[in-house]
Amino acid sequence: MFFCDLTNREPVTSLRIARQPQILDSEGFELRKLLSRVYLIFIFILLYAPIAVLIVLSFNNSRTRAKWGGFTMKWYVSMFQDEVVMAALFNTLLVAVLSALIATVLGLMASVSLLAMKRKARNVILSMLNIPMLNAEIVTGISLMLIFIAVGQFLSRWGYMIEFGFGTVLIGHITFNIPYTVLSIMPKLRQINISTYEAALDLGASRWLAFRKIILPDIMPGVLSGFMLAFTLSLDDFVITHFTKGPGFDTLSTKIYTEVRKGIKPEMYALSTLLFVSVLVLLLIFGRGNRKKSMTGLVRI
Amino acid sequence: MSNKLIDLQHITKAFDGNVVLDDLNLYIRENEFLTLLGPSGCGKTTTLRILGGFETPDKGRVIFDGADITDLAPNKRQLNTVFQKYALFAHMSIAENIAFGLKIRKKSPEYIRDKIRYALKLVNLEGFEDRMPDSLSGGQQQRIAIARAIVNEPKVLLLDEPLGALDLKLRQDMQYELIRLKNELGITFIYVTHDQEEALTMSDTIVVMNQGYIQQIGTPEDIYNEPQNAFVADFIGDSNIVNGTMIQDRLVEIFGVRYACVDTGFGTNKPVDVVIRPEDLELVAVPEDAQKGSPEYESARSRIVQINPGYFEGTVSHIIFKGMHYEMEVQAHGFEWLVLSTRMFQVGTRVLMSVDPFNIQIMHKPESEDEKAVSMDENL
Repeated sequence: MFFCDLTNREPVTSLRIARQPQILDSEGFELRKLLSRVYLIFIFILLYAPIAVLIVLSFNNSRTRAKWGGFTMKWYVSMFQDEVVMAALFNTLLVAVLSALIATVLGLMASVSLLAMKRKARNVILSMLNIPMLNAEIVTGISLMLIFIAVGQFLSRWGYMIEFGFGTVLIGHITFNIPYTVLSIMPKLRQINISTYEAALDLGASRWLAFRKIILPDIMPGVLSGFMLAFTLSLDDFVITHFTKGPGFDTLSTKIYTEVRKGIKPEMYALSTLLFVSVLVLLLIFGRGNRKKSMTGLVRI
Repeated sequence: MSNKLIDLQHITKAFDGNVVLDDLNLYIRENEFLTLLGPSGCGKTTTLRILGGFETPDKGRVIFDGADITDLAPNKRQLNTVFQKYALFAHMSIAENIAFGLKIRKKSPEYIRDKIRYALKLVNLEGFEDRMPDSLSGGQQQRIAIARAIVNEPKVLLLDEPLGALDLKLRQDMQYELIRLKNELGITFIYVTHDQEEALTMSDTIVVMNQGYIQQIGTPEDIYNEPQNAFVADFIGDSNIVNGTMIQDRLVEIFGVRYACVDTGFGTNKPVDVVIRPEDLELVAVPEDAQKGSPEYESARSRIVQINPGYFEGTVSHIIFKGMHYEMEVQAHGFEWLVLSTRMFQVGTRVLMSVDPFNIQIMHKPESEDEKAVSMDENL
């Protein structure tokens, strides 16, 4: 998204300069234009070179990083044949879909009740919601791990067990996703003209029907972007997953991490590329939805 | 017209300790066009929302057609509301908007189709079924909001400043439309507005409210001609409200001048509020340099005393052309009198001024807390 913004902005500035040729001598103008181009390219090389290298290597027929052995898809093929990797992919998607879904529902409920609160209390809670987002992920991860252990010990008195794995990762992901869903839904909900809801009640609708038929369609863009955001964040999360997963459960990011520690296999390049591309695609869809919204006031993601 | 359809009994409502309605009692008859009129914050909208079921009173009961509906949910009430900002469902077509209530009541598709056509015809928007609300003008949206409410055949239609967002010309057209609709439907309209002209034009009964209290209930003529206190007089149309002393029956003193009037029963030497409508003040010009006793002055004086033995002298300090009439301010006794006249007097003109005894309205001064009449100064 940033990429688009920058490239769009640059030609506009040079156009503005070009319209005043009498002020700037053409030589200085050319030099300036050239320098700004070079600078821009340099920035993008810094930003994207590592990923580009990764993507190129994922198609490299040679096992060593040092030389180009020709184009191949074999790492992708063997990656898709690797059951462990496929299991991690499945886990990743499952956790992402479920955590995004649950966080969206919880975020929706939280937003509705926040809106009904007095302004002072609401502002306090909204700023408290910001803290987990700004908090270092590693702190969140370790805290979650500690609380799972503590609750596990507490429950063990009655013979219950908390096993680190899918459940704990899911809870962890829901936890860090909720603020994002609330913050996407809340602004949409605030724009709602409350009298449309009252009009629905007035026309005989129950509260639930009025919410479903009148409020929900209006805030759907916010709900969907909250879901997409949560899904994307869950998909590429490493730190929190790492601390809450326990042995024997892996998502793509933790899988890549353990594999890389053992020694780098080219399949991991393929896997990383896949993760990067899927997040990129999601971001593009997400960004397009947002832009459409701001342009026409109507959204369909 | 005699049946009490709605009875509000001892309604009290406070928001965060702020009393909005204080022991309000009001009944509404069948087929009545009743207007709740008052400045913002007077409790008129809260009264309407209590009727619609969107607020529950802290104290008091709402009786509808003999049954207590105080705690009944809005969707169970036999009345429908037209909201201030139309509140159309933006993602639904006009037909879907109008059908909303009917579908909830599980009416047949044929019935719904007929009802939509009937309602659109009633509000002069035939053929609008498939349009979306945002493609309609404000006036059209308001008509759809009315159509959406009346297809449910409510016994009472509640209207919350429905014309507030429309421009003047459209507002006047819609006033006639609403009167026509009310007569065609034969149902009760309860209308909330702060616009006194709207209230005077459309209502059978006007309830003037201020600061949570009813100030006066009456027909538009009553309210305009016989305001019961200074607030009502000031709120309904422009008025000159001055302190006076009731010398005896049919004689009132204002700024030291005694005027004939028609009011009786105020006692003797009682302080009162005197209301004189600006259109009732009569002006006669006097030449600038005419001395008292000079022929010019005396001829002017003889004309003014035909109207009322009491008169006073002033100077026109301000004039605005308003189309049908001129609006003038006349300085006299250190008071600025508002005058409406079809005749024009230049700024600086010396005038003699008086008023027909019949057009002097005498009011008790609010004496006790119970009267709660708020004087215009406090209100401004």
